Amino acid sequence: MFAFSIKRISQALFVMLIISFIGFSIRQQIGDPVRDLVGIRVSVEEREILRDKLGLNDPFAVQYIRFLGNALKGDLGHSFFFKKPTLEVILSKAPATLELVFVSSLLIIFMSIPLGIFAAIRPRHWFSRFSMGASIVGVSIPVFLTAILLIYIFSVELQWLPSYGRGETVNIGGWQSGLLTWDGLQHLILPSIALSSIMLPLFIRLIRSEMMEVLQSEYIKFAWAKGLRRRRIWFIHAFKNTLLPVITVGGVQLGILIAYTILTETVFQWQGMGFMFLEAVERSDTSLLVAYMVVVGALFVVVNTIVDLIYGLVNPMVRVTGRK
Amino acid sequence: MSHLLEVKNLEVRFALRFGDLTAIDGVSFTLDKGERLGLVGESGAGKSVTGFAIINLISKPGYISRGHILFDGENLAELPGEKMRDIRGNRISMIFQDPMMTLNPVLTIGTQMCETLMAHRNISRKQAEAVALEKLRKVYISSPEQRLSQYPHEFSGGMRQRIVIAIALLTDPALIIADEPTTALDVTIQAEIMDLLLELCASEDMGLILITHDLGVVSRVTEKIAVMYAGKIVESGPTENIITDPLHPYTKGLIRALPDPERRGQGERLQQIPGTMPTLTALPRGCSFHPRCEIKGGICEKEIPESRAVKGQKREVACHMAENPSPPPVYEREGA
Amino acid sequence: MKHYWRQFKSSYFLYSFRRDPVAVISFVILLLLILLSFSAPLIAPYDPYDTASIDIMDAEIPPAWMEEGNTAYLLGTDIQGRDLLSTIMYGMRVSVLIGCGAVILQAFIGIFIGLISGYAGGRLDAFLMRVADVQLSFSTMMVAILISAIFQVAFGVGKFEEMAVPLLVVIIGLAEWPQYARTVRASVLGEKKKEYVEAARVIGFGPLRIMFRHILPNTLSPVLVISTVQVANAVMSEAALSFLGLGMPVTKPSLGSLINSGFEYIFSGSWWITFFPGLLLVIFVLVINLLGDWLRDVLNPKLYKG
Repeated sequence: MFAFSIKRISQALFVMLIISFIGFSIRQQIGDPVRDLVGIRVSVEEREILRDKLGLNDPFAVQYIRFLGNALKGDLGHSFFFKKPTLEVILSKAPATLELVFVSSLLIIFMSIPLGIFAAIRPRHWFSRFSMGASIVGVSIPVFLTAILLIYIFSVELQWLPSYGRGETVNIGGWQSGLLTWDGLQHLILPSIALSSIMLPLFIRLIRSEMMEVLQSEYIKFAWAKGLRRRRIWFIHAFKNTLLPVITVGGVQLGILIAYTILTETVFQWQGMGFMFLEAVERSDTSLLVAYMVVVGALFVVVNTIVDLIYGLVNPMVRVTGRK
Repeated sequence: MSHLLEVKNLEVRFALRFGDLTAIDGVSFTLDKGERLGLVGESGAGKSVTGFAIINLISKPGYISRGHILFDGENLAELPGEKMRDIRGNRISMIFQDPMMTLNPVLTIGTQMCETLMAHRNISRKQAEAVALEKLRKVYISSPEQRLSQYPHEFSGGMRQRIVIAIALLTDPALIIADEPTTALDVTIQAEIMDLLLELCASEDMGLILITHDLGVVSRVTEKIAVMYAGKIVESGPTENIITDPLHPYTKGLIRALPDPERRGQGERLQQIPGTMPTLTALPRGCSFHPRCEIKGGICEKEIPESRAVKGQKREVACHMAENPSPPPVYEREGA
Repeated sequence: MKHYWRQFKSSYFLYSFRRDPVAVISFVILLLLILLSFSAPLIAPYDPYDTASIDIMDAEIPPAWMEEGNTAYLLGTDIQGRDLLSTIMYGMRVSVLIGCGAVILQAFIGIFIGLISGYAGGRLDAFLMRVADVQLSFSTMMVAILISAIFQVAFGVGKFEEMAVPLLVVIIGLAEWPQYARTVRASVLGEKKKEYVEAARVIGFGPLRIMFRHILPNTLSPVLVISTVQVANAVMSEAALSFLGLGMPVTKPSLGSLINSGFEYIFSGSWWITFFPGLLLVIFVLVINLLGDWLRDVLNPKLYKG
C-alpha cells in the first residue's frame, strides 16, 4: 500500500509540473504582466525598466523556474482586473463552486446507487426500464438546457425558488458558506439539481452495468448455492464488488463536475470560480485565466489521486500486497 | 428403503426468443445415503445443468419444465423459495469448477465461511468461527486461525479449492454436488483434492454427485456412473460394470479414449470418437448419437431409443443396437 | 457494387436494424433533421444572414398558434426580429457541420496516435496513453473550454468570431481525440497477437503497411460505434461553448448561440427563442445516442473500459 501510494503521488506531481508548464507558456505568449501590475497608462520606457526589474527579459527556462518557485509559495500572478493576487481572487470564489459540487455529488451518489442497484437486480421491472429510458434522455440534455428549464418552471412560472445568485451566506473562518442559511439552501436547490443532471444518468448506467456483470460471476452463483439470503448476496457480495469499478470511474466523473460548474454557474450567475473564469476571459485577464487553469488542474489531480488511493483501500489485492 | 435423492424424468428447458430449447431431456437416476455417483459426458451434455437443477438454481431463462427431484421425501422442483434456500448450502452443498472464481475476492475467508453457517443456523459469529476452524482442519489447511482473516487472493488454487470444500462441509450436508472440482487445477494437485473429497465423503457418510468429463477420475471415486450425451443419460449402472464392459457405443468410445497405463510406451495412440456432439438447436432425428455411431442401424435414424434395463445387471442403456453388438468395432486411427 | 448492395441487404446488420423500431425511428428522424438543415438555403422561408429583410420591429413575436402570433413566422421571431424557424434551420446546419468536422479531426488524430501507441508499445505507448488519461480525467468539456478561452484571448474576440467555425472544429477535435486513441489502441493490442499479423511480419511487410493495411481495418467496428456517440458529444460541446460565449457569435447562429441569446428573454416570457433550438438540440443528440446504443449492441466491440 505504501509503495502504491508513493507511486500515485509522484505521478500526480509530474502531471502538475506539466500543467504548470502549459500555464506558464500561455502566460508568456499572450499575457502581459506589466499591464497586470500597472495598467496601460505607463510610458514605454518605464515599462521596459519594469520588464527588466521583473525579470521578463530573462531566458525562458529561468523565468519558468521562477514561476514554479512563486507558484509553490502560493503566488500565481496578479489579476489585472481585481488588482489582487490571483490566488486570493480564486480562493474567495472557491467555496461557492465547491459547495455546489459537494451538494451535487451527494445528490448523484444517493440517487444513483439505489436506482442502479434496482435496475440491475430487476432488469425487467417497468421501473428499471423507465429509469434506463429516462437516463438516455437525460444524457442527451445539455446541463445549461436543464438549468434553463428548471429556472423557467420553478422561478419564472411557479416562482417557488430563486433563479440566480447564492442568497444569504455565512462567513466561517473566511469560507463563505450558503449551506447554513435557509435562503442559501434555497438558492442551492436548482443549481445543484442542474449540475447533477449530467452525471446522474451516467452513474445509474454505470452502476447497473457493473452490478449486472458481477451478478453473472461464479462467486455470486456460489453464494446462491451456499443458500445465503438474497439481500446479503445483493448488498454484500455483489455490491461490494461493484464498488471497485464504480469508484475508479465514478471518482473521475465527479471531478469532471467541476468542468460543468462553468456552465451551471453561468446560467444561475453563481459567483463561483467558473463564473469568475468566464469574466476573466471576457476581460482578457490572462494571469487570472492561467491561475484558474493551474488551480483547477491541481483540483483534478488531487481528486484523481484520492480516488486511486481509496481504490487501493477498498481493493484487498492492492491493500495487502501492494499490487495493482 | 427410500433413496436419498431420486431424480425422475427431469426436463429442463431454456426459454429463448425463437422458442424453448430442451437442455435436459428425461433424466432419471437415484442416489442412496453415502453413495457416490459420477455424471460423465462432454461439455454441453447437460451435466452441470442437471447439478444446478437439483438445487433449483438454473440461471434464467432456464427452468424445470417436467419431472421431479425427490430429496428426503420432498420434491425440490416445487419447493417454495425460502425452504429451498434453506436446503441449498445446508443439506445439499455444491463445489464449483474454478476455485479462483468461486470465492468472493473482497470478502475474507472467515466471512465467507461464517455467513454460510449463519444463514442456516441460529448461531453467533464466534460459534460459527469455531465450526469453520474445525472444517478447515479437516481439509488440512495449516494454522486455520490466521487464515480466517485472509482474502482469497492470498491462497493458491489448490488451497482455495480446499477452502471451498470446507465451506461445503460446514453444515454437514447429506449430499455434495461437485461440478468438475479438479479440472481447473494443476495436474499434481488434482489427485490430492480428489482423494480428500473421497476421504471426507466416506468418513462423513455423505452422498456425492461428481460431475466430470473424465471417466478416469470417476472410475476411481464413484460407485455408480451415469453417462450423459446431448441432454440424455445414455448409459448408467455400477462403475465396475460400465468401465469393464461398456454397452453403449458412446461409452465405449469414451473408455477407448482413456490412456491405459498398461499399454503406455508401446506407441499406441489414444483413440477418439469421430465428430462432435450436436448442438441442442440442431439435434439429429432419432438417436442423437447416430451420426457418430459406428454400429448404427436403420432404426437409429428414425426412433429415439428408450432407456431399458440390461438383463442380469443393475444397469440401463439407451441404445437400439447395444445388446447384440456386432464384432468389436474397429475405429479408424486418428479420428478418421 | 451491385454485389455489395445485395450482400448488405441480406446482412445481419440490416436485419437487426429493421427489427428494432427505436433504431429505425431514430434513423429516420436523424436523416430528416440533417436534410432539413442542409437544404435550409432552399426551403427556409427567410434568410437570417440577409440583414435587409430583418426588421427589429418584428422582434419577439410568439409562435403562430399563440394569440399574438403572426402566421408569417411559424415558430415566432427572435430578439433581432429574425424568423426563428429559418434561423434554427441555418443554425442546425452550422452545428452539424462543426460536429462532423470535429469528429473527423479527432478521429484522424486519435486513430493515428492509437495505432502508433498500440503497435509500438513500450515507453512511447505509456507516455501517449498517460497524456490521453490525464486529458480525459480533466474532461473533454474542460479542455475544450480552456482551449477556446485561450484562443479567444490570443486572437481577440473579433477575429475569433470571424474564424469561429474552423476554430471550433480544431478546439473540439483537440479536446476529444483521447477517446479514439484509447479505443483504437485497445483493439490494436488485441489484433497484434493474432496470427495474421505475425504472418504479415514474417513475410517481411513493413510496420506501416501492417498497421494501415492489416490492423486498421480490423479496428473499424469500435471506431464506428464511438464515432456516432462522438458526433453527439461534439454537437453538445459546440452548443455548450457557444452558450458560454466561447463559440459561435449570435450573428452567425448555431443551436448553442441561439439558446444563449434567448436565455435572457425567458424571464420576460419569450420562452420560444430558447425552447425550439433547445428541443431540436436534444432530439438531435438523443437520436444519435439511441443509434449509438443500438450499434453497440449489434457490433458488440470490446470497448476499452475505464
